[in-house]
Amino acid sequence: MDPAAVGRLLSFSLYEGLVYGFLALGVYLTFRVLAFPDLTVDGSFVLGAAVAAVLIVDGVNPFLATLAALGAGVCAGLATSLLNTKLRIPALLAGILVMVGLYSINLRIMGRPNLPLLREVTIFSLASQLPGLETRLVYQLVVAVVLAVIVFFILNWFLRTEIGLALRATGDNEQMVRGAGVDTDKTTILGVSIANGLIALSGGVVAQAQGFVDVNMGIGMIIMGLAAVIIGEALFRPKGVARLLLAALGGAFVYRLVLSLALRAGMAPGDLKLVTAAIVIIALAVPYLQKRIRREWLPPAPRW
Amino acid sequence: MIIVMSENKSLLKLRRISKVFSKGTVDEVRALDKIDLNVNSGDYIAVIGSNGAGKTTLLNIIAGVYPPERGEITLNGRNITRLCEYRCANFVGRVYQDPHVGTATKMTIEENMAMALLRGQPRGLRVAANKQRRELFRAALTPLGLGLENRLNTLVGTLSGGQRQALALVMATLSKPAILLLDEHIATLDPRTAQIVLDLTDMIVTREKMTTIMVTHNMELALRHGNRLIMMHKGRIVVDMNQAQKADLTVHDLVVAFERASGEEFVDDSVLLHPGNVVGISDL
Repeated sequence: MDPAAVGRLLSFSLYEGLVYGFLALGVYLTFRVLAFPDLTVDGSFVLGAAVAAVLIVDGVNPFLATLAALGAGVCAGLATSLLNTKLRIPALLAGILVMVGLYSINLRIMGRPNLPLLREVTIFSLASQLPGLETRLVYQLVVAVVLAVIVFFILNWFLRTEIGLALRATGDNEQMVRGAGVDTDKTTILGVSIANGLIALSGGVVAQAQGFVDVNMGIGMIIMGLAAVIIGEALFRPKGVARLLLAALGGAFVYRLVLSLALRAGMAPGDLKLVTAAIVIIALAVPYLQKRIRREWLPPAPRW
Repeated sequence: MIIVMSENKSLLKLRRISKVFSKGTVDEVRALDKIDLNVNSGDYIAVIGSNGAGKTTLLNIIAGVYPPERGEITLNGRNITRLCEYRCANFVGRVYQDPHVGTATKMTIEENMAMALLRGQPRGLRVAANKQRRELFRAALTPLGLGLENRLNTLVGTLSGGQRQALALVMATLSKPAILLLDEHIATLDPRTAQIVLDLTDMIVTREKMTTIMVTHNMELALRHGNRLIMMHKGRIVVDMNQAQKADLTVHDLVVAFERASGEEFVDDSVLLHPGNVVGISDL
């Protein structure tokens, strides 16, 4: 591979890693920060894409449409977390219920299973008109970096605020949080909503980048997000809020890079989901198997 | 006359509190049976009793973990009977037997303390740990003598059980709650650390004149600490002694008092097997 091709591959993976990185950040927020196994992802990702696409087709400013995607995702997260906290439906089930329900909602929003965006004004087509950003790879990367920087700084600040602290503590020790006078239902609702907002934002941006929305484009997104989070943790062993956030983004980058390499090596696109599942299985199994080899005591299998 | 005075400064009142677990099943347990308790402002009460006497249930009811079946709890005249746990936490600080319950492992010492500092206050979008608060945290940690004041950015998960329990105690008292609940908070610590945490408990409770209810299994400890001693049995308070009454008692006197009050022989020999082997007496 010549250096230019390597550069193209890396910057393309970086762009992909950043836009899917919002999804990874959302998954990191629920699974790791809140210890809330939220499976709404597959639905809220498409919800964001559908809302952004429909609004853009209707001629709405693409930045507003992207923000609306984020807002729609917040609503999806609200639904899941309310099912869990107010109706006491287990988190896993609440997420699956909302995810399934969202499939119908997404179809309703789009009006048909597939919606092209090719000649519409998107955040990417707007960026491509700026001087120096004419090349597809460059403007895609610039938009992704700008969005990622904004999201990173907001999250990095938020998770250190008084409310953000309560949110992090909720996933760490719920009893302690209630003991400090905080309603853990509220922190859960807030956290799951923000996470799904990020996931839908990811969907909205991806839809604009690839130029279409498909009602099935969310399948396996939760596993992709998990893969990114796990890879990030394994590679960067992060400590502290900022590094954990960067690790999620970095994990998404590495994951997309691996997929791009697999495609270049001649793997059929349809097989990528299996590869993703295999990555997550290996990443989860390796620490366990290491302990087995060292004959350490092991707790029983967790139920979620 | 005395009764009238204590009525006046009564801070927390429990009136005919009953709590039944697994009601209507074969496992039905009457954990609290029409308990009446007046806790005066500044009281430092040691609660003893055998397993299943209702000690922890009493603390849980006060802390709002679950509501009582019957009865009424008032704090400063305000009815708090059905207030849930996180609302009760605005005026109740609590330290648990298990050091893991009181602190969050994946957060730093200063982040844990910031969580505790804001008890009873609205939480906003200010950054939680600022310079001024760090000074406050250091000042609160220094008396422990554990050096935690220089490790504000250490993850709590890396601390030992004793360090975490000491931190949990400082956190429970940081916002000066109206009532401090200690649920066998030194039971799992090694003797030296237990003594440090116990000394610190006495120091904070005395300095802040904090109204405290301390549950313990240890009769000796209950006699030596606090200004009032309550003994529970089968969901009832069977002994309630003030400072003067308990001043010269021995563990043996306490056992006799228990048997007289409950009409039963004292069977929990875990508190009797090693009456001299009490933290802070022979070990130090």
